[in-house]
Amino acid sequence: MKKRSFLEKAALVPHLVWIVLFIAAPLLFVIYFAFTDENGAFSFSNIAGLTNYADIFLISVLFALIATVVCLLIGYPLAFTMSRLKPSTQRVFVLLLMLPMWISLLIRTYSLLAMLDNGGLLNSLLSKIGIGPVKIVGTPGAVILGMVYDFLPYMVLPIYTSLSKLDIKYFEAAEDLGCNGAQTLFKVALPLSKSGIISGITMVFVPSISTFYISQKLGGGRFDLIGDTIERQFLYNNAKNVGAAISLVMMILILISVAVMNRFGDDDGGELIV
Amino acid sequence: MEQTKVIELKNISKSYGGETVLDNIDLYIRDKEFVTLLGPSGCGKTTTLRIIGGFETPDQGEVYFDGVKINDVPPYKRHVNTVFQRYALFPHLNVFENVAFGLRVAKVKEKEIVQKVKDTLALVNLKGFERRSVATLSGGQQQRVAIARALVNNPKVLLLDEPLAALDLKLRKDMQNELKALHDRTGITFIYVTHDQEEALSMSDTIVVMADGRIQQIGTPTDIYNEPKNAFVADFIGESNILDGVMVDDYRAKFAGHEFKCLDSGFEKNEPVDVVVRPEDVDIVKAEKGMLRGTVTSVTFKGVHWEIIVDIQGFKWMIQTTDYCAPDSVIGLYIEPDAIHVMKKSEYSDMFGDYSSYSEEFDELSVADPESEEETAE
Repeated sequence: MKKRSFLEKAALVPHLVWIVLFIAAPLLFVIYFAFTDENGAFSFSNIAGLTNYADIFLISVLFALIATVVCLLIGYPLAFTMSRLKPSTQRVFVLLLMLPMWISLLIRTYSLLAMLDNGGLLNSLLSKIGIGPVKIVGTPGAVILGMVYDFLPYMVLPIYTSLSKLDIKYFEAAEDLGCNGAQTLFKVALPLSKSGIISGITMVFVPSISTFYISQKLGGGRFDLIGDTIERQFLYNNAKNVGAAISLVMMILILISVAVMNRFGDDDGGELIV
Repeated sequence: MEQTKVIELKNISKSYGGETVLDNIDLYIRDKEFVTLLGPSGCGKTTTLRIIGGFETPDQGEVYFDGVKINDVPPYKRHVNTVFQRYALFPHLNVFENVAFGLRVAKVKEKEIVQKVKDTLALVNLKGFERRSVATLSGGQQQRVAIARALVNNPKVLLLDEPLAALDLKLRKDMQNELKALHDRTGITFIYVTHDQEEALSMSDTIVVMADGRIQQIGTPTDIYNEPKNAFVADFIGESNILDGVMVDDYRAKFAGHEFKCLDSGFEKNEPVDVVVRPEDVDIVKAEKGMLRGTVTSVTFKGVHWEIIVDIQGFKWMIQTTDYCAPDSVIGLYIEPDAIHVMKKSEYSDMFGDYSSYSEEFDELSVADPESEEETAE
């Protein structure tokens, strides 16, 4: 093996320090707190007590799943259409998609709240035409809408990237062999952009399942998701051990789902049944 | 016996961003014919093929298929299939599924699909490759899959877009023979695009020579080679010495300072013409016995023959001969009447046919690069 020069080693130091301080150490703290009681003694009680939070886990997974599916349903056709436009038009669309990502998530959620609130823009419009005001904030729909609104670009961009790299010849070949538009989409575009779909799903599902801000603002405090529960344990209940246990389980959940998604990605689908 | 016209193009024009790619093309293709569109890159041959396939719409003119206008028929409704340049096999499907693709879309019964795919793979010598992933195949094998994928649908017309360009020479020769055999066996009309004149000559029933978005000549390989219509065709197909000459009278042409007997007639008296003499049709004789006399400037061994360049009054001739001539020797040239072909002057006159700048390197450079062939397609 080639010996690394001193400079090369030195260049790694900042990164190592960063990893240790901000990734490894916090993770160890989470594990430590999850398995100790208030006095610092080893204990399984935090983990055992998690059964009380089963419904919170369930509803969080459910919301995140719905948001992910909605993002995929909106995002895929959008990405597909974008990838087939003129290159200059494509760049404009990518910019429009990136623009909201440059604005803080909190601000975006707040502005959505301002639009959906009882006295907000949407409801005053609805009142004017005589169907309203409708209660939107505080419904599951509002929370899911928030997730979709905040995370949609994370679905569209990876799918768009994988679709735009595809040679147009594949689409022409499909058309040549008798596929109409929809058949080309399902038989060629979808399977060939699988990697983009998988990273899109991961990038929407993971932040959706761990969000606390969206559910607090748009859920009107009526929905406790995992993120909210963890926040409450640490900030208000002074129960950092329980909070750490919930965090640990959530991280494991996320790791499992990412692993499952990657498994899908690895399979090339080359071995179809004859 | 008049064969039916399966495809007819009438007054087709097409331009991209103000640049004319096809300029008033008129062409018909008879049923069961092997037609080659031949020309240098940028001549519009690929665009013509894509118009027939439905991937491009002409700006002007009509496309007929079996007598029916199909300008607005999308590709998936046309009874033609395409073998794409660099194949475009679906990477997510194995060999069997690639070939079965069109049949599945057409909702053919599973049993029939299995049988047809099996037969077609056998036809292209790929028995037993059904379950292989296309990524593991060699270029030649991928080529065969691409052909099978198109043929299995039993199209009326098969379009082939430089299908052999990415293969090495030996494989290309083998595939040429196989394609020709496939054409004979299937009875499907083949429309073949290539920039390789040798490929065109050895495979086609009819060659359509194209340049600058126009058809230069349509004819059988022997017609095109022996009776080129203008300097471009003469130069593009094979090697030729193209000389500036005058048709003194019927059967009498004057060029290179000498009056020759020839077999051409029908020109005006003293009409300026282009004269083609193929390098293999010139006989070398002793200097004093020659109709023309010149100095050998270079000699190259080509295996079957020698290729020598002879300077005659400043014009460099290429001559292919089995007799060795030493450089700097003075030789005589003897040209039989049937070795002379006279053409009317055209816009391509004086652009081709002199070997004064000729060298091996130039020859290499002038071979079109297949990678740059897609210019018109994009």
